[in-house]
Amino acid sequence: MTATAQKWMRITPQENIPLREGRSVSIDGTEIAIFNLGDRFVAMENRCPHRGGPLADGIVSATGDSVTVTCPLHSWRLSVDGGHVVKPSGQEASCVRTYPVRVDNGVVTICMGREEGEHSAAA
Amino acid sequence: MSALLKNQAEHLVVVGNGMAGVSFVEQLLKHGRPFDITIIGDETHVNYNRILLSSVLAGEKEFDDIVLNDIDWYQRNGIRTRLGLRVQEIDPVLKSLRTSDGDWIEYDRLVLATGSSALIPPIKGTDKAGVFVFRSLDDTRHLIELSGKEIRVAVIGGGLLGLEAARGLQMRGCHVTVVHLADSLMERQLDPQGGMYLRRKIESLGIKVLCGKSTEKILGDTHAEGLQFTDGEQLGANLVVIAAGIRPNADVAKRAGLRVNRGIVVNDFLETSEQDIYAVGECTEHDGQTFGLVAPLMEQAKVLAANLAGDRTRGFLGAAPAAKLKIAGVDVFSAGDFSDGPHHECVRYDDPSLGVYKKLVLRDGVLQGVILVGDLSDENRYMDWLRSGKDLKAERRYLLAPPPAEDGGFDIAAMPESETICGCLGVTKGEIISAIHEHGLATLAQVKDRTRASSGCGSCAGKCESLLRAVSPEFKEDQVKVVCSCLPYSQEQLREIIRGQQIKSTQDVLEIYGNGIGCEICKPALSYLVDVVWSGAHVEDRSARFINDRVHANIQNDGTFSVVPRMRGGVTTAAELRKIADVADKYNVRMVKVTGSQRIDLLGIKKADLPKVWEELGMPSGQAYTKGVRMVKTCVGEEFCRFGVQDAISTGVELERRLENLFTPHKTKLAVVGCPRNCAEATVKDIGLVGQDGSWQVVVGGAAGKGVRKADLLITVDTTEQALEAAEVFFQYYRENGVYLERTYDFVERLGIEKVRRETVYAPEEVKQGLLERLRKAKERSTDAWLERDNPRASQFVQIQPMEKMQ
Repeated sequence: MTATAQKWMRITPQENIPLREGRSVSIDGTEIAIFNLGDRFVAMENRCPHRGGPLADGIVSATGDSVTVTCPLHSWRLSVDGGHVVKPSGQEASCVRTYPVRVDNGVVTICMGREEGEHSAAA
Repeated sequence: MSALLKNQAEHLVVVGNGMAGVSFVEQLLKHGRPFDITIIGDETHVNYNRILLSSVLAGEKEFDDIVLNDIDWYQRNGIRTRLGLRVQEIDPVLKSLRTSDGDWIEYDRLVLATGSSALIPPIKGTDKAGVFVFRSLDDTRHLIELSGKEIRVAVIGGGLLGLEAARGLQMRGCHVTVVHLADSLMERQLDPQGGMYLRRKIESLGIKVLCGKSTEKILGDTHAEGLQFTDGEQLGANLVVIAAGIRPNADVAKRAGLRVNRGIVVNDFLETSEQDIYAVGECTEHDGQTFGLVAPLMEQAKVLAANLAGDRTRGFLGAAPAAKLKIAGVDVFSAGDFSDGPHHECVRYDDPSLGVYKKLVLRDGVLQGVILVGDLSDENRYMDWLRSGKDLKAERRYLLAPPPAEDGGFDIAAMPESETICGCLGVTKGEIISAIHEHGLATLAQVKDRTRASSGCGSCAGKCESLLRAVSPEFKEDQVKVVCSCLPYSQEQLREIIRGQQIKSTQDVLEIYGNGIGCEICKPALSYLVDVVWSGAHVEDRSARFINDRVHANIQNDGTFSVVPRMRGGVTTAAELRKIADVADKYNVRMVKVTGSQRIDLLGIKKADLPKVWEELGMPSGQAYTKGVRMVKTCVGEEFCRFGVQDAISTGVELERRLENLFTPHKTKLAVVGCPRNCAEATVKDIGLVGQDGSWQVVVGGAAGKGVRKADLLITVDTTEQALEAAEVFFQYYRENGVYLERTYDFVERLGIEKVRRETVYAPEEVKQGLLERLRKAKERSTDAWLERDNPRASQFVQIQPMEKMQ
């Protein structure tokens, strides 16, 4: 995959991801967590920057004004929009990669390429 | 204290190491005037709470629980102790006294706090073996040693002490009969009607009561075999307890020439007829009155301490007699003069089916006396009216029940500062408030330690806590907290909201009352609350559950899961073990581990494999991943063990069947043991059943985790079915009243075991039935979570396969 390539991939019918829950999908060796927030779907790398916890198994949460997902292992909270760590404070530099999502004809579709201004994945 | 000061200080000798003597010393130390203090005591123990001996007898408390001043306290305060000694002789002229070991001790000031002893009525044969009084810790220990299932006990005396002794021995399995001379129980504290209510309650506990019976002699050769009454009837008994009253210990004072009537005569400043000799406590007689209850003695201790510190502004004014029975489930309170008279008005509440009787006697609009049976909620209000002599004309409508408070609850703020909160130790609201401010107290334990409030019978603990909550800023932050910032309500309020607004789903609560999204703190809590409030008839929302409760297994640090099948009572079979072994092989289980809960844990299973693993095991979920019923641990019991006296295994399996698949505020661990050797550690479990010979003890609130806490005794019952039911009643009560994530040991500690008892096993029958009925409903709706394997939710266990591949 080149840094500029943009590739929208059809993943799964939207009913496979229940309301306010996450599910994981493996694409080319990368585990991605997709969440159904009711009014939209979001996707991020399925690996907490703390100890690698499966974010898809986390609870969707609110932290201040941002919507976050709480890692099931040690309750770190990551923004579903920016992918950065919101809690604990002081860890803002850690983040996971997020992916644009849209629903085409009832199918959750993810953009796998890099987009401008997007956060890069944590090392 | 420096040596120099010590040499200069006057030598103060206190005779008596009981509650009155030591309380006086405590008060004196507060004044800061240096005395060189020696305490002489005839018991060999440190000062303990004599009021609670009945709780020790009943097995509700251990001796350590009732110690008021440990040995450290004496040392820290430089107090010399001479224990196990009696004072034989006092010479007021030479100012010295002789102890039973022959020593002469000189004093500058002498305080007699010699207490009282049991009054032995003129009955023949009281010197026989098997006849006891119930007065001291040693008496209590003897009674505990001799009590047991086949023991028939006759308690002579149906007063406060006699009834408490009777209940204690009965809780230890004895068959108890109370024999009372008067026609009605506690006739000095209750009118005949109140006595009748009390008698009914005592009899309903399974204690026999004989009134109007005069005992002529104790039968038997050298050992008591029964009682012979003056009417010719007999009663068989192999243990006789005499609890017919107390007598001030004033002999040594009398021999020394002090003025003694029934007790050592003291004036308003607790001074005796001799210079520099004072008396305090049950040995005293003030204004013709002697004392047998703790509150006036604490008042005496304060007055005397002030006097010795040079402050004679406040004298002892005597006390309205007040008494309270300390038997769980039998609430009796009496104070003042309740006799009928020509100018007396009587206000009564009399409800036999509720078991509540209240009688107030007024004269010219002022309260003279009060009797309460079955409902003590207004006790302090009445005591305050009695003490203050308040004109009650304006309160006439609210004599029997207080006016409804604005917020519908007990209003600590409306209470005047001078009002006593702790009746036992005589601590007022004002004193507690200043202690909270002065020492920054934040917990009930600190208040107890600093002010002594609630260290007597403990019934005012709730009020102390309300006060603490109102006054201490730290307490507020600490205890009255909302669930989280998503939802600004306490769990108690949320229960009300869910019930009152008929809300059945977590998301609805969040959308109407919260920020609409929630978080990992409030969502699992709400999920629990809607489940319990609707007894399982809620709308389940898995998105609000922690991953463990979505896939019914415990997530591990690598994202795999652990699987613990239910193995009721820790009993398994060879066939089950084979299946477990096969599963472990087939799914490459990283480790097979025997847990501390007598079960087997299969570690390292992939989420996608869970349904197949459950199916191949063919065993139900052990709920090892959730806040719910974990297991009932058992010993082998009488089925195999040569010491077993109860069938621990079948009882444990049955208990687990009755409670499994239900959720609780936090995990709930149980155990059943077949004898008091307690091999399955039932006394450190949330709920434990401890088999005794012919009975069961049901214990609750034990812990062996972050902290270790010995479980409190809930009740002792005769049959296995009663024990199971008591466990169920407590279990449902915890479900309905526990705060989410609160273990039973915090729960029981927060509420106090007395309140828990009162509201569970000793609650009115309809309350108990209500708890059991709601438990039954919830149980009916519960299922084995692992059955979800047959009908999983969308991609519940399997990973999503992308519809197209990367190119």
